[in-house]
Amino acid sequence: MNEILVKKELAPKIKVMEFVNHDIARKAKPGQFVVVQMGTKGERFPITVSGTNPDKGTVKLVFNEVGRSSQKLGALNKGEVIDNVAGPLGNATEIERFGTVLCFGGGIMAGTMVYEATAFKKAGNRIIAVIGARNKELLIFKNEMKAVSDDFYVSTDDGSEGNTGLDFLRTIFEREKVDRVIAMSVATVTLRTLCELTKPYGIKTIVSLAPIMLDGTGMCGVCRVSVGGETRFTCSDGPEFDGHLVDWDLLESRKRVYSHEERLSALFDEGRQKGFPSSVSRR
Amino acid sequence: MAEKLKLNRVPMDKQAPETRRQNPNEVASGYTYEQAVEEAKRCIQCKKPGCVPNCPVNIDIPAFVEAVAQGDLPKAAAIIYATNSLPAICGRVCPQETQCEQTCALGKKGDPVAIGRLERFMADWARENQEESGIGKVSLPKATGKSVAVIGSGPAGLTCAADLAKAGHRVVMYEALHLPGGVTYYGIPEFRLPKDIVQAEVDYLVNVLGVELRLNQVIGRGATLDELLSDGYDALFLGIGAGAPMFLNIPGENLNMVYSANEFLVRLNLMKAYLFPEYDTPVKIGKKVAVVGAGNVAMDSARWAVRLGAEEVYIVYRRTEAEMPARMEERENAKEEGVIFKLLTLPTTIISDDHSSVKAMQCVEMELGEPDDSGRRRPIVKPGSEFVLDVDMVIPALGTRPNPIIAKTTPDLETTKYGTVVADETTGRTRKDRVWAGGDIVTGAATVISAMGAARRAANDIDAWLKNRN
Repeated sequence: MNEILVKKELAPKIKVMEFVNHDIARKAKPGQFVVVQMGTKGERFPITVSGTNPDKGTVKLVFNEVGRSSQKLGALNKGEVIDNVAGPLGNATEIERFGTVLCFGGGIMAGTMVYEATAFKKAGNRIIAVIGARNKELLIFKNEMKAVSDDFYVSTDDGSEGNTGLDFLRTIFEREKVDRVIAMSVATVTLRTLCELTKPYGIKTIVSLAPIMLDGTGMCGVCRVSVGGETRFTCSDGPEFDGHLVDWDLLESRKRVYSHEERLSALFDEGRQKGFPSSVSRR
Repeated sequence: MAEKLKLNRVPMDKQAPETRRQNPNEVASGYTYEQAVEEAKRCIQCKKPGCVPNCPVNIDIPAFVEAVAQGDLPKAAAIIYATNSLPAICGRVCPQETQCEQTCALGKKGDPVAIGRLERFMADWARENQEESGIGKVSLPKATGKSVAVIGSGPAGLTCAADLAKAGHRVVMYEALHLPGGVTYYGIPEFRLPKDIVQAEVDYLVNVLGVELRLNQVIGRGATLDELLSDGYDALFLGIGAGAPMFLNIPGENLNMVYSANEFLVRLNLMKAYLFPEYDTPVKIGKKVAVVGAGNVAMDSARWAVRLGAEEVYIVYRRTEAEMPARMEERENAKEEGVIFKLLTLPTTIISDDHSSVKAMQCVEMELGEPDDSGRRRPIVKPGSEFVLDVDMVIPALGTRPNPIIAKTTPDLETTKYGTVVADETTGRTRKDRVWAGGDIVTGAATVISAMGAARRAANDIDAWLKNRN
């Protein structure tokens, strides 16, 4: 179980992995995530599913090596085994025939969005696909996304490819009726901006949120968000919510809570590589 | 009786409060052999023992205590293991003072026999002396060919799995997390229940009784109950506990530095965040910490906060100490370690600083009125008593409710308005065919041993039912 069959680097620090897990492959649907844990000391961390092959029993994940845990995962090679993968978790995306659906996948979530857009297409929707990244080197799944969409756009923060930023979406909304927007990005600010853009047009905008998680099964409440004034758990009530009802300030502040510890982890690992003693006392 | 009654129990060594504030290790060190024998000799071997009927798993207490008194440890171990597969856990976390020890005849005049401590001593001895104790050599009956899926590897799941395996059935135990033990792992701290002991109790089930353990299986999200039933299991037992946290529902509860007790404990117990950054999972600690609630989970949270270096730790509770649900022993331990009990106090708002973190907690004072439905005097707000408690971390420890995942994905599993599963008290049968349930998922958050008792009754019923099934 959990043997890695495919591992590739798609862009600097962005990896795709396919591993064997029949239970997850049989059950996972677009929008759901898994929780990964490695070794005796590893964290539990969520990754959204980017595809499955139920016949082969494989699950596809796309992730960014940003912290200690994702680096450890990225260090595993083909043939090795991921210690613990629990899932699928969270609720599946509501996929129906809405009409025209704009699918936005930012950064690594472009991989997940291909999976989701394919399902929307299959349900009979017209697909306007947008993938975004900081710059053109970080754009992934361009061809795959193009293949599944009727209209296809690229957006980069620095304008190195396609449109600069997200303002160009207004011309689309002015031009044609979009029935639903579905958006995924690890960058909360991108989702927030997108929701601000769609709001004046009254387009229902579903966002997949990525707050801090721990168990991912509804046990701890660290992933709580406020949606329409109500506290919801992202892991068990989400991860997708109506973006026009999300309290973005709260989400952004809760995501930053361990930034100090993340730096500490990085320093600790750096020190260990240089051969400093590895035991650290809290006191 | 030739010998005079010994009214005082043999004391158990504990780490001094100042020492244990600085480490996560177990507080009580357990009896030595000599201490155990001396304590066991206090038992007067009642003809009609009061202790046994008050034990939810009906251990033959006088018999095992007598064996300890005679120094026959293998015999004592065999007696305990005959009815309890988790004695090292029970000996540490059972509320003996309201169960076996409450009805001990010696308790009328002096201290009841320290049954819990003796059970702990025996379990630890048996685990450390596998050969001599014989607990590793169980002769299992011939396989019945029947199989049962046990969902959850907490106290209920472990008990049910052990009993059914001993009856010769194939048992597969499903656990959602990456480590087994349920609340005994993620909930109860190292300083009350060391995790290697939980692991050893689980290993006993797997290695000796042949239970198959499958981790990372979130039943309901992954396989549903109906899928398990059609996959070839004859019966299912639900022991999934009550794992979802409750909050105060007051303003400011989503601020940073507000941790549900569950989150705080999962980080520390399951993920060992007290060893960060060597371990990857972090936890934060305030200078002044308010734990809201007064059950064992609240005490556990407060005592962890002390160990992480908080300067002041409060238990904030709207009633008085007399109404606290936490065990006396845990309340005493907390107080010894410097936890301050802020009683008759109700939080109303958590106040934010400039960075969306906790700056303070607004509270009101309470007074006790007439008894309510629970028989405890109802706390009422004292008018004009608002005050601000200076804290920078808040941990609501208000109890838990069942995780709704399985109920949501099993439409014909009847549940109450509290989300608990409806099950027969004596048999554990739910309203769904071939599905049994026991423990916190049925009763709401309760004790380890009551979950074990319910699981035992369900296992008996499942076994009887399987024997009549072709």
